[in-house]
Amino acid sequence: MFAIPLAWLQLKRERIRLLVALAGIGFAVILMFIQLGFRDALFDSAISMHENLEGDIFLISPQSTALIAMKSFSQRRLYQALSYEGVESISPIYMDFALWKNPIDRRTRSIMIIGFNPSEKVFSSAIVSDMSPTQIPDTVLFDTASREEFGPIPDLFKTGKPVTTEVRSRRVTVGGLFKLGASFGADGNLITSDLNFFRIFSRKPGLIDVGLIRLAPGADANQVYLDLLQGLQRLDLKPGDITDLNDCAGLRKKELARNPTEPKGDVIVLSKQCFIDFEQEYWKSSTAIGFIFGLGTAIGFVVGTVIVYQILYTDVADHLAEYATLKAMGYRNGYLLSVVFQEALILAALGYIPGFLLAVILYNLTRNATALPIAMNLERAMLVFCLAVIMCVISGAIAVRKVQDADPADIF
Amino acid sequence: MCVVDSLCLCLCVYASVSVSMYNEPVISIRNVNHYFGSGRLRKQILFDISAEIQPGEVVIMMGPSGSGKTTLLTLIGALRSTQEGSLRVLGQELNGASIGKLTQVRRNIGYIFQAHNLLKSLTARQNVTMSLELHANLTAAQKQRQVEEMLTAVGLESHIDYFPDELSGGQKQRVAIARALASHPKIVLADEPTAALDKQSGRDVVDIMQRLAKQQGSTILLVTHDNRILDVADRIIYMEDGRLSNLETAPV
Repeated sequence: MFAIPLAWLQLKRERIRLLVALAGIGFAVILMFIQLGFRDALFDSAISMHENLEGDIFLISPQSTALIAMKSFSQRRLYQALSYEGVESISPIYMDFALWKNPIDRRTRSIMIIGFNPSEKVFSSAIVSDMSPTQIPDTVLFDTASREEFGPIPDLFKTGKPVTTEVRSRRVTVGGLFKLGASFGADGNLITSDLNFFRIFSRKPGLIDVGLIRLAPGADANQVYLDLLQGLQRLDLKPGDITDLNDCAGLRKKELARNPTEPKGDVIVLSKQCFIDFEQEYWKSSTAIGFIFGLGTAIGFVVGTVIVYQILYTDVADHLAEYATLKAMGYRNGYLLSVVFQEALILAALGYIPGFLLAVILYNLTRNATALPIAMNLERAMLVFCLAVIMCVISGAIAVRKVQDADPADIF
Repeated sequence: MCVVDSLCLCLCVYASVSVSMYNEPVISIRNVNHYFGSGRLRKQILFDISAEIQPGEVVIMMGPSGSGKTTLLTLIGALRSTQEGSLRVLGQELNGASIGKLTQVRRNIGYIFQAHNLLKSLTARQNVTMSLELHANLTAAQKQRQVEEMLTAVGLESHIDYFPDELSGGQKQRVAIARALASHPKIVLADEPTAALDKQSGRDVVDIMQRLAKQQGSTILLVTHDNRILDVADRIIYMEDGRLSNLETAPV
């Protein structure tokens, strides 16, 4: 390295321009953080329920596409699973959407209702500590992280007075609270017993939406999974076919590649990871959301590139005579190119810092305003930093062409 | 960077060896023609220039505007590629030389421009250091000392850490001289160094330039219109319409 940090000294000399550049890069960084943050928040919120289910293997209908669009299937399949070696217990889960009436302003809004046998442990106790209130008819638990439009239920509940309202035109009482979180698909959640669920939806037992299977301690998870795939999903697998319980894409591909004429099971068997993948895959590939946020990130990147290019180009143009002088003194082109690239990298690093800090603040604001699980994480921080560096290097690469114009013969 | 640095180092060693070996004129021009433009717009600027400048000589080149003085200066300074004829500077043939070789020759030449062309973001000290950076055989402390000596020699010891914006025109030109001479170049090329200065500053600048160049044994080629400074020359050459019309020894 050269003893004089010319790149930094030149940037520092033009304070206002440096501040404008940093503001521009910071803006691009924030834009990328927000877009990627929203995208990740969507994916995280979509699977927060899956992650908190206390089960090892899940059954769903082949026609289900996501939690917001579940097709019911016969609970016989789930009871059938009990006969397999290594399966300890099962829990049928029912879920559907219904209109919830805000008890304060009487406006209705669609809410997700999850029903299961309150004596079975379906959610981890960190989420749902006490299911006993739901044993009372028409009593539900309310998600404290639901959107505000459902009414200030947690506050009302904590005052001790009974909170009653209507769900699907049926009078229900809030018997407790839990915290799961709103998602892009469901603005709020209710948990209740299976019997209350049947009451609300006038459904008969027999059709379930998700079948939860718990394995006995010490059971060979791979083997049970394989057996269930063969027996219930009727997927023709040889013992060596799945080595990894979580090779979800491979299994999905196998299921899709099946000959339509061969007999198929009427359920799909998913490991917990595959159940999570199944949900995320829906949001990533079958909705516009993944694409939109990806596009937003790309736009942030392009905007940043243009800003940095403008700054660098102006800077090079201003210093053209000086660069030509350096060439006359015997400095090589390479030195001048390195100065421009150093400037680009300095801008990237300095612009990233305010962008990062503001993004953290905006994440907090967003989390409080939307109940979405949006937060800074190391992976995203690194990704955006890399994008910022790439952005500045691209701009630098375009701007250095101007350095070639520095002709030492012109300065005499 | 290390690779580049060590590469410069070898090249510098190579260049200084070849420089020290010559016992010929530092600048030898033979039948040089130069053209600007191409096709129908091609215009000849220099016509059959031949001249020799010996080590340690102070030569002033005079002539009307547009006569081609600056063009010849940029050719000698390896800032332009020689088109026709032979131009040997410090023993190196510049006609047909590669960019790398031209860059190498430039490092042995000190340039002083009409405009000072200092780097605005650097202090006087840093500006002078920039020219020493190219000579990797000095330690940081040696460079530092040499820079301070040089700025003291041009009378700027109290302005070492000033930025160009904070210096007067004459002071800036003196920094430029310090920059050009700091690395002890064999040749100093100056293009109207006094044009933008008042009489006294101009006189000071030329005196400093002459004194330092004599101390270091440098050759000076100075283009000027300024009659007040002709007395520093060992020799004056005239350029007119692209031809060196006259070579004579200046009256001392």
